Amino acid sequence: MSTALSEATVTETRVVGVERIGEYQVLSLRAPGIARRTIPGQFVMLSSGAVLGRPFSVFRAEEDTVAVVFDVIGEGTRWLASRTLGDALSITGPLGTGFTIEPDGPVLAVGGGYGAAPLFLLAERLRPAGSPVHAILGAARSSRVFGKEPAERVFDSVTFTTDDGSFGTRGLVTDVLAAAVASTGATRIAACGPMPMLEAVSTSAAELGLPCEVAVEEFMACGIGVCWTCVLPVASGNGEPRYDRSCTEGPVFDAAKVAWG
Amino acid sequence: MSADPSIDLAGIRLASPVVTASGCFGSGKEMSRFVDLTKLGAVVCKTVTLKPRRGIAPPRGAETPAGMLNAIGLQNPGVDAFIAKDLTWLDKRNVPAIASVGGHSVEDYVACAERLRDVPALVAIELNLSCPNLEDRGFMFALSAERTAEVCAAVKERAMVPVFAKLSPDVTDLVAVADAAVKAGADGVSLINTTLGMAIDTKTFRPKLSTGTGGLSGPAIRPIAVRCIWQVHQAMPHVPIIGMGGVATAEDALELILAGATAVAIGTANFYEPRATELVREGLERIMRERGIANLEQIRGAVKVEG
Repeated sequence: MSTALSEATVTETRVVGVERIGEYQVLSLRAPGIARRTIPGQFVMLSSGAVLGRPFSVFRAEEDTVAVVFDVIGEGTRWLASRTLGDALSITGPLGTGFTIEPDGPVLAVGGGYGAAPLFLLAERLRPAGSPVHAILGAARSSRVFGKEPAERVFDSVTFTTDDGSFGTRGLVTDVLAAAVASTGATRIAACGPMPMLEAVSTSAAELGLPCEVAVEEFMACGIGVCWTCVLPVASGNGEPRYDRSCTEGPVFDAAKVAWG
Repeated sequence: MSADPSIDLAGIRLASPVVTASGCFGSGKEMSRFVDLTKLGAVVCKTVTLKPRRGIAPPRGAETPAGMLNAIGLQNPGVDAFIAKDLTWLDKRNVPAIASVGGHSVEDYVACAERLRDVPALVAIELNLSCPNLEDRGFMFALSAERTAEVCAAVKERAMVPVFAKLSPDVTDLVAVADAAVKAGADGVSLINTTLGMAIDTKTFRPKLSTGTGGLSGPAIRPIAVRCIWQVHQAMPHVPIIGMGGVATAEDALELILAGATAVAIGTANFYEPRATELVREGLERIMRERGIANLEQIRGAVKVEG
């Protein structure tokens, strides 16, 4: 629990970009300080029109803007989806821990649905630094795969999977994982998506003997380390797992330390 | 005219009436990224217990209309680690600290109070007698005037700083519980803790919190807080009250002061506006200047209820 706190700030800002990528919404906000400090895997809290803010992994952080991806699933995301250019929002970030960003051999990035968003930022940072980043992007069906078109550009290679076979290989991301590791020579894995997928990826990584980092998604009331709602069971080294905060000790955790299930 | 926002809280001088609500601000470290802690009246820290507590399994929180439910299970590193790390950290920064203490027995509270003697940063102790998250709801001291009095009397005997009893709104006669706390030696009361609530996911038929029930907080409970503060202040006008419950703005804080609060704690608002304590503090000072309020004691409990 000695994780250093992220250098976060709160900023009142404006929407500078609204776009759709497939079924998903992408909101770009002017936030120069946050954009400059964000490490891939870190997140921001956005005001949501509801009482609590909503956490989002950073999808793009370039020059003056931060972009996030979301799906309309409730009151807060419906409000965010109805924002237009120039609308005011409050943004707090960057928050939490990020992926390891030291270039060190090829990385296999595994994403489920729009959970893949931070992996795009990871590739944009790691590839110029000398580490190739290959991706496996999966979802239930074709329309739920995030970023088909930008993915081809952002990653060195991409394998798509869908549960129903409507796009890419039929099956789960873990069905193609070992083959992707073999063909890319990946020496580590970075994953983001729903918890069952992260658990499966973690198991595969352990079988292959590869280090694996996962960015988890948990309910968060505050995102800044004080409400203790977003905890995840993590191996404590002495019997019972301890509960670490996804917002502060995470959202990026060493998959081998997470007490899955 | 000059306006002095400082307050006297049971004999301690605080630079501002704005403090933090326990469990909504950690011990200040995380929040120091967003606000200047030295300008607050005090930081009321997250509740600690004698031994470390791991807390309960997630899900621990759920949003509700104008508020949220939580059930954390008093996860904390124990009072000794709290003193060594958190109180030392606050002391180094000259931030007045109020420790919140929880427990299962009178002995637990007393043992914590013992360890909190001679800790420099500490200006008061708040007894969390009303956390609704413990496994056995029968152990919520604040449901009983007698049990509340027992803890207050035992802790008061050992404490070197003023003692506040944090009470629950979920009782039939709050004034009787507050009266028992004060008669047993509590220097003041903190009103209110969360009120017990429950929410159900209608798709899965499961409760939204792993424990089923949890504490409701946020703007939804502010009228309950105002009512509780007002009732207790009417019955015992000289007892200092730390008021809390859904305060997010300076006007909200003013409402609690008009009901009878001496200090006002900001809780859930920190979650969605990390600068909430600072905004409320600055806003209150502005209101004092604009409305010619020289000090807050002038308007404390000043609500005019006719009939």
